[in-house]
Amino acid sequence: MVELIKSNVNIDFLGKSKFFFGISAALVMLSLFLIFTKGFNYGIDFAGGTVVQVKFENTPDLDKLRNSFKDLNLGEMVIQTFGEPNDILIRVEKTSAGLKETANAIQTKIKEVSGEQKIVIERVEQVGPQVGGQLKNKAIMATIYSLIGILIYVSLRFEFIFSVGAVLALFHDVIITLGIFSLLGKEITLPIVAAVLTIVGYSLNDTIVVFDRIRERIKNSAGKLNLYEVMNKSINETLSRTILTSGTTLLAVLALYLFGGEVINGFSFALLIGIVVGTYSSIGVASALVYKIKKTK
Amino acid sequence: MKYKFRWATIAAIVIAALIMMFPLKEKIKLGLDLQGGMHVVLGVETEKAVDGKLDTIVTQLKKELKNADIKYSFAQKTKDGKIKLGFQETALTDKARDLITKNYPYLVDSSLSNDPEILVFSLDQKEYDKVKDYAVEQAVQVIRNRIDQFGVSEPVIQRQGKNEILVQLPGITDPDRAIDLIGKTAQLRFHIVDENVSTQDAINGNLPFDDVLLYSKEYDKVTGKLQQEVPYVLKREAVLTGEYLTDAEVRISSQFNEPYVLIKFDSAGSKLFDQITAENVNKRLAIVLDNNVYSAPVIRERISGGEAQISGNFTMDEAKDLAIVLRAGSLPAPVVVLENRTVGPSLGFDSITKGVKAAVIGFIAVMIFILFYYRVSGVIANIALLLNFVLILGVMSAFGATLTLPGIAGIILTIGMSVDANVLIFERIREELRIGRTPLNAIEAGYEKAMSTILDANITTLIAALVLFQFGTGPIKGFAVTLSIGILSSMFTAIFVTRTIFMTFFGGKDTKNLSI
Repeated sequence: MVELIKSNVNIDFLGKSKFFFGISAALVMLSLFLIFTKGFNYGIDFAGGTVVQVKFENTPDLDKLRNSFKDLNLGEMVIQTFGEPNDILIRVEKTSAGLKETANAIQTKIKEVSGEQKIVIERVEQVGPQVGGQLKNKAIMATIYSLIGILIYVSLRFEFIFSVGAVLALFHDVIITLGIFSLLGKEITLPIVAAVLTIVGYSLNDTIVVFDRIRERIKNSAGKLNLYEVMNKSINETLSRTILTSGTTLLAVLALYLFGGEVINGFSFALLIGIVVGTYSSIGVASALVYKIKKTK
Repeated sequence: MKYKFRWATIAAIVIAALIMMFPLKEKIKLGLDLQGGMHVVLGVETEKAVDGKLDTIVTQLKKELKNADIKYSFAQKTKDGKIKLGFQETALTDKARDLITKNYPYLVDSSLSNDPEILVFSLDQKEYDKVKDYAVEQAVQVIRNRIDQFGVSEPVIQRQGKNEILVQLPGITDPDRAIDLIGKTAQLRFHIVDENVSTQDAINGNLPFDDVLLYSKEYDKVTGKLQQEVPYVLKREAVLTGEYLTDAEVRISSQFNEPYVLIKFDSAGSKLFDQITAENVNKRLAIVLDNNVYSAPVIRERISGGEAQISGNFTMDEAKDLAIVLRAGSLPAPVVVLENRTVGPSLGFDSITKGVKAAVIGFIAVMIFILFYYRVSGVIANIALLLNFVLILGVMSAFGATLTLPGIAGIILTIGMSVDANVLIFERIREELRIGRTPLNAIEAGYEKAMSTILDANITTLIAALVLFQFGTGPIKGFAVTLSIGILSSMFTAIFVTRTIFMTFFGGKDTKNLSI
């Protein structure tokens, strides 16, 4: 039998809860600090604006390109490579000009700059300011709805306190993931929101497996073990499953991150972080939270 | 064979999935992000439609007052969206009021009582809403007509919310042209050129009240840059509009070998055109589309027969598109682009290639890992994994679901997660074996005990997926769909299929060693 985790493993996870809480609290605080001070690099989905992706035949000179775009007066503008050196991404913040005019101006300029070279406009994405606001509201509502749905389901299947622990752990995962996005200045787009919601589902998946085992143990060992021991034993018993499943998911998502291409890069990156953070919180934080809440009651 | 029924079920489902799937290229619809195409959300400026309605009412009112022999000193639309009429005597005011309240039940009298010679009317709320609503409905129709004539397979043209229109055009190769075609208001008007006012005066701001200054704009055909603007002073009131059009088609002029658009009027329009040309011989008639002068030929003689030409240095495509918009009719109000996402076909193709590559690599990596970890039982789990993949594609084909790039990511994620059910079961079986149970008993206990955990774990993920489906658009919806399908089908393969294999393998006897 191949074993990643020895079957007789017996780690005192709850005993280390001070340590885990310390790390988690620090990470959450740091993330919140970053989110509120540095904020997010909102993609055009939420901020509004225009993105044009162009494939040039030969690698263009970025500085020259930037200079030639200056006289368009389109305000804040970012020109960078996107994956390949001849793939250029032009991003314009929202301007007073209409979306159609902005796109036309950029495309005309590109044709002018490229001269004899062949160019292909690979992608144009434009979101007006109103739509951006709507999308932002929808994203926030979606996150809240899914958390409420999960809260209800978990309280129906387990004790209410468990659902509190689970949802707190989810907030923990989401905040840290967003904190890392803020730290690295990665773009927040609609797919990132989808990734975050998936993380919510996934991380909960791990937590539920542990809770399930705790519930079963409580039922079977009435009186023999105290809650502390039951919880520790349950986390240990499910540890190899938790690590295994996270491992296979991580393998699959890693393939997506490495080979899935630039368009989906941010999305797979969010999933990667989320899986790592979610696995950690399922093992180290969720049950410990439930234990703490139960004890103080 | 003991488990005939189970095997038959599995065979039936897999065969059904395979039948649904093939030919894969036709069955799986690709999202705009994978096949290339454009997704545009247009906002209809419904206020302008109300404005236009007020203009029409004013014109009608003037005619009716004239017919009823009620002299007015002015009749106009005000800036705040009302109709204002002025009269010399109070008696005339009263007569006009009677006429208007009788013929226009949707106009609300909002005149000020302290000024008996002035009447003010406004649209009632119901009519106001109706005009706005109708403008959006009509815009959807017009855009649909244009797209139909332009020729795009499987377009989506849908009203969205109060005054938005969603247009999705898969596989479009010239998005600029498409957006011009959809977005053109295409309001065609004919105005007499006012030769008494010099254009220079007009540019300097000396423009009589009943004139307008419009330009003819010429663009360079290669760079699309504005080359020159020629100013025209026109009589404000249009003598004829596009309403009377019945047809528009592209012709090639024999003289210059250039395309032009031939338009045909209906009988009323023909009569009007005949009359206008008769009255204005040797004057210039400007053809104006969306406030842009196309041409202003001199009327040499009275033109009967109800045909006119629009020429203007067109390329063939431009002439074709102009004919389309004229045939399909004008938008009742201008539209603005609120959102535009266009993906070129090459990027879409690139995305599929990379997505599939990532999926294959992820798949193989997971399978190797499971095989190494669980040995013979790992083979069983891998069979379930493969079947799961077939089922996902089968179900997607059956429901006509759309595969998007995030959708491919959903499948990849499902591959990683779907082994979870097997991992849960197998780890349980190992536990049971450790406490000394026989393989057969261990398997049974493993499945039974893991069941509620699997259900709980999957339902929670499903909740998140359903929320995503509910709020998501396009690609994200695609992700939610594949994720949900993946979760459901993995429960079938990882629980039912693997168990059937185990049962057949042991055949109810408890002799063999279990490789797990």
